[in-house]
Amino acid sequence: MSENPSTSLIHARGLTKRFGDFTAVDAIDFDVAPAEAFGFLGPNGAGKTSTMRMIGSVSPISDGTLTVLGLDPRTNGPQIRARLGVVPQQDTLDTELTVRENLVLYGRYFGLSREECGRRADELLDFAQLTERQNDEVEPLSGGMKRRLTIARALINEPELLLLDEPTTGLDPQARHLLWDRLYRLKQRGVTLVLTTHYMDEAEQLCDRLVVMDKAKIVAEGSPRQLIERYSTKEVTELRFPPDVQDSLDGKLDGLAERIERLADRVLLYADDGEAVAVAAHERGLKPETVLVRRSTLEDVFLRLTGRSLIE
Amino acid sequence: MAALSHVLEHRAVQYRRTFRSSVFSSFLSPVLFLTAMGLGLGGYVDRSGGAALGGLTYLQFLAPGLLAATVMQAAAFEATFPIIGGLNWQRTFHAMYATPLSPRDIALGNLLWMAIRLGMIATVFTVVIVAFGAAHSPLVVLGIPVAVLTGMAFGAPIAAYSATQRTPNKFNVIFRFGITPLFLFSGTFFPIESLPGFLQPVAWLSPLWHGVDLTRGLVLGTLGQNPVAMLAHVIVLTTIVAVSTWAAVRTIERRLVRG
Repeated sequence: MSENPSTSLIHARGLTKRFGDFTAVDAIDFDVAPAEAFGFLGPNGAGKTSTMRMIGSVSPISDGTLTVLGLDPRTNGPQIRARLGVVPQQDTLDTELTVRENLVLYGRYFGLSREECGRRADELLDFAQLTERQNDEVEPLSGGMKRRLTIARALINEPELLLLDEPTTGLDPQARHLLWDRLYRLKQRGVTLVLTTHYMDEAEQLCDRLVVMDKAKIVAEGSPRQLIERYSTKEVTELRFPPDVQDSLDGKLDGLAERIERLADRVLLYADDGEAVAVAAHERGLKPETVLVRRSTLEDVFLRLTGRSLIE
Repeated sequence: MAALSHVLEHRAVQYRRTFRSSVFSSFLSPVLFLTAMGLGLGGYVDRSGGAALGGLTYLQFLAPGLLAATVMQAAAFEATFPIIGGLNWQRTFHAMYATPLSPRDIALGNLLWMAIRLGMIATVFTVVIVAFGAAHSPLVVLGIPVAVLTGMAFGAPIAAYSATQRTPNKFNVIFRFGITPLFLFSGTFFPIESLPGFLQPVAWLSPLWHGVDLTRGLVLGTLGQNPVAMLAHVIVLTTIVAVSTWAAVRTIERRLVRG
């Protein structure tokens, strides 16, 4: 982790955002290094979007310090925004324009010539796999295509830093994988990615490093692997019981695993050898309807840190 | 300035899509109104003598007032749905704010586009007035900027208000209790002197009346008869536009910063 503000692309200390009496972001510290893929993982309402808007220099900070690309958003907002790409949570495409016009006209706002905008639009249409739809209107495009167009539009100024707020929320699995592939390619090219997500698989797929946010604060920080090693066991045994049995399990699971989480519909047993836990449970005469042994994920980390699920 | 020109370019490309139908309806509306009311209804009015209208035919009286009133209506439309759409529906203003543009650029660029659109509508209307033979002075050309000024005296404050709204629910109130009564009672169809005495000062408060009286002076070449009143009209309208443009910049900025 780069601690030096002069080498960090984003440097935040005690960063705070208040709306009246409500504190959306409560004194968080983080740094993002060049060419890194950095994630904010947390449930809805954790303060991720407020943080992204402050980084994007469209929402003034309430307290603390923040530098983006070495500049102060309070005084250099336009200069910072000129070097950022932003993919907002809600699409902001112009539905009165064609796919291609959306790219070209957006480039003009960055002071690029029409020729340059046209050249970049061709490249980006290819990158977003939208070349065949370039003269279509935006509205009939699928959700995944609109997201890809939004990402392409965010790249028109060849940004040093790409901010993605919930990039795949609401997309079907196939569209999400296609999008992840495009983002992975950007990462390979050395574009710094900062993204928010409440999908742990997205965070695991894309992020070199992430912070877990809950209730306006950062509760943990590290690579996905580090976080799992630190806050969870290697494996998890998921037992699913009929609802009446689930309610009568008090005491019967004690000692089976390092840590036990009882959720509404299943029981999670944390241990490094999940198979052994399943066998031990069987030997105690427990008869779950289903048994699943899996590796720990960031979802387990989040559950451990907050006692709640990411998606509620 | 470059930022404003990019906003204008964006809006112009959007507009290109509906250009034909828009120009067509810009022609159709004054042709229909001036035919039905100016010639049709006017035929009856003129038979009772033109003294009440200062010797003008009803068509001559109506045309300049209708020019200002039509531009006002167009302004009210341009200041409601495109503003709320840019901030809440397509959220294109938020997309612009993610670029080096400032909220001020976004607000002023869109108001400037509104003025250009009103100028187009006023120009088409003026062509129709001349074609109907209702213009009496070369100053008719100046009726175009005056109509735009009148329109912006509505467009800018309504845009400032629209930026505070998340739904169009209250727009009906603006149209029903604001635009429509002003359209009818600001000296467009009959002189405000025909209103009951206590209502006449109310008409003076209507920005449209100032615009109608001024436009009429230009189209009919009667400007010189009362230059002080004409100057007062310009000052009133310019003040409204200046103050409400500032207000629109503020409300649009507040909305963009809030997210």
